[in-house]
Amino acid sequence: MQPLSVQNLSYHYGAKAALKDVSFELSTGRFCALLGPNGAGKSTLFSLLTRLFVTKQGQITIAGHDLSRKPRAALAQLGVVFQQQTLDLDMSVTQNLRYFAALQGLSGRSAQHRIDAVLDRLSMRERATEKVRRLNGGHRRRMEIARALIHEPQVLLLDEPTVGLDSATRKSITDHVHDLAADGMTVLWATHLVDEIHPKDDVVILHQGKIRKQDTARAIAGSGTLIDAFMDMTQQTPEPSL
Amino acid sequence: MKPYLVSLQAITAREAMRFVNQRARFLAALVRPLVWLLVFAAGFRAALGLSIIPPYQTYITYEVYIVPGLCGMIQLFNGMQSSLSLVYDREMGSMRLLLTSPLPRWWLLFCKLLAGVAVSILQVYAFLAIAALFGIHLPLMGYIYVLPALVITGLMLGALGLLISSTIKQLENFAGVMNFVIFPMFFLSSALYPLWKMAESSPLLRDICALNPFSHAVELIRFALYEQLNLTALLWVCLSFAVFLGGSLIGYDPAFGASRPRRG
Repeated sequence: MQPLSVQNLSYHYGAKAALKDVSFELSTGRFCALLGPNGAGKSTLFSLLTRLFVTKQGQITIAGHDLSRKPRAALAQLGVVFQQQTLDLDMSVTQNLRYFAALQGLSGRSAQHRIDAVLDRLSMRERATEKVRRLNGGHRRRMEIARALIHEPQVLLLDEPTVGLDSATRKSITDHVHDLAADGMTVLWATHLVDEIHPKDDVVILHQGKIRKQDTARAIAGSGTLIDAFMDMTQQTPEPSL
Repeated sequence: MKPYLVSLQAITAREAMRFVNQRARFLAALVRPLVWLLVFAAGFRAALGLSIIPPYQTYITYEVYIVPGLCGMIQLFNGMQSSLSLVYDREMGSMRLLLTSPLPRWWLLFCKLLAGVAVSILQVYAFLAIAALFGIHLPLMGYIYVLPALVITGLMLGALGLLISSTIKQLENFAGVMNFVIFPMFFLSSALYPLWKMAESSPLLRDICALNPFSHAVELIRFALYEQLNLTALLWVCLSFAVFLGGSLIGYDPAFGASRPRRG
């Protein structure tokens, strides 16, 4: 049983197809980059994976649970970092995490134990009592990741989580998430920045709603670079690494 | 059952904390009805004569008449404020936390609704306390009897806000809600004048006012404040609540696309 399986998924905005027969699977402990230019369908796919939107065409299975038939069991195994900030700026780091833990049905000691664990894991323990408004962009993104991990999901989705961050912070966050995958977490990381992808990572290239290629970054790059391969497949210039 | 109560407590605490942090909102929520009570009502006191109508046993001043309407006004504005913050939350991302939680969506939206009602009831009691300081006294038990009425009317007006928020795609469109929902609801009701008074100028307007759920919310509050139950108003408010809540749950159902994703 794969932690995340997407089979024959299609979605339309009116008459316009946003996703066309998309299928892929992620294995346990793998970091998979969903690579695509703007407008490729990444956000639409994420909205479908998180059940913000539903479609009758195709099937999504998370940790063995069909998202359309058992949405609650499936969502319980999913951690999501959205592009937009979800934190309350006027609440402290711990208060925000406690709120999210409650939305997962966690409270009391078990919630506090998990909050402490994710703060340690993201090196945010010393910021626990600070208001989110005082945190810099990098720490806020780390907090978003901590929030998404609090219920110990099997699958972590991140929708362009490094947008707006400087290169050092981007690298730090990318490394953190790669470490999570190395520890057994299954990660789907949507991006259009190829320098966030390591050679051994899985890559799904999405363009105009279709999957163009799916393999490891090293295999897709072949004898050239991943940027060149991506450009060839999408006929677009990817954003260069900073 | 525990996860349900944990989420209810967390959502209510978060709304309360937000409200406390937004002191201007609390002030505005109190100043608005007080201006109506102390300025508008004083000015119209002489112009608007009121006969004895239930639940009143004697002649009352205009200030006394409009107190229940102003309680309803506080809840109406609070419901719209909650609706505005829901639209804002959806644009900013925090709404997604609710919508992707493994707890049932209807329950989480209901928690959000209850949290808004709790905040509106605090505002109403603060308003009633200030009104009492200005000499507008109500029967003592009325302050207790009105509590369940405020819960029901708050739920109905909050559900209306929820329904509106599910149909509004952008924050900028919210000004229209003020013009097309709040003002007609408030002015076409029994909040400021009894319906018999309205009938003197236009029977049609009176009929529209009688159909307005907000009129029934005001009457439910009015009768409760005088230790009486207005059964018709209660049924009308409950029916409206069921319709608004049902509509908003459909609106927030992913199959119907209230949380339509951005393309990318």
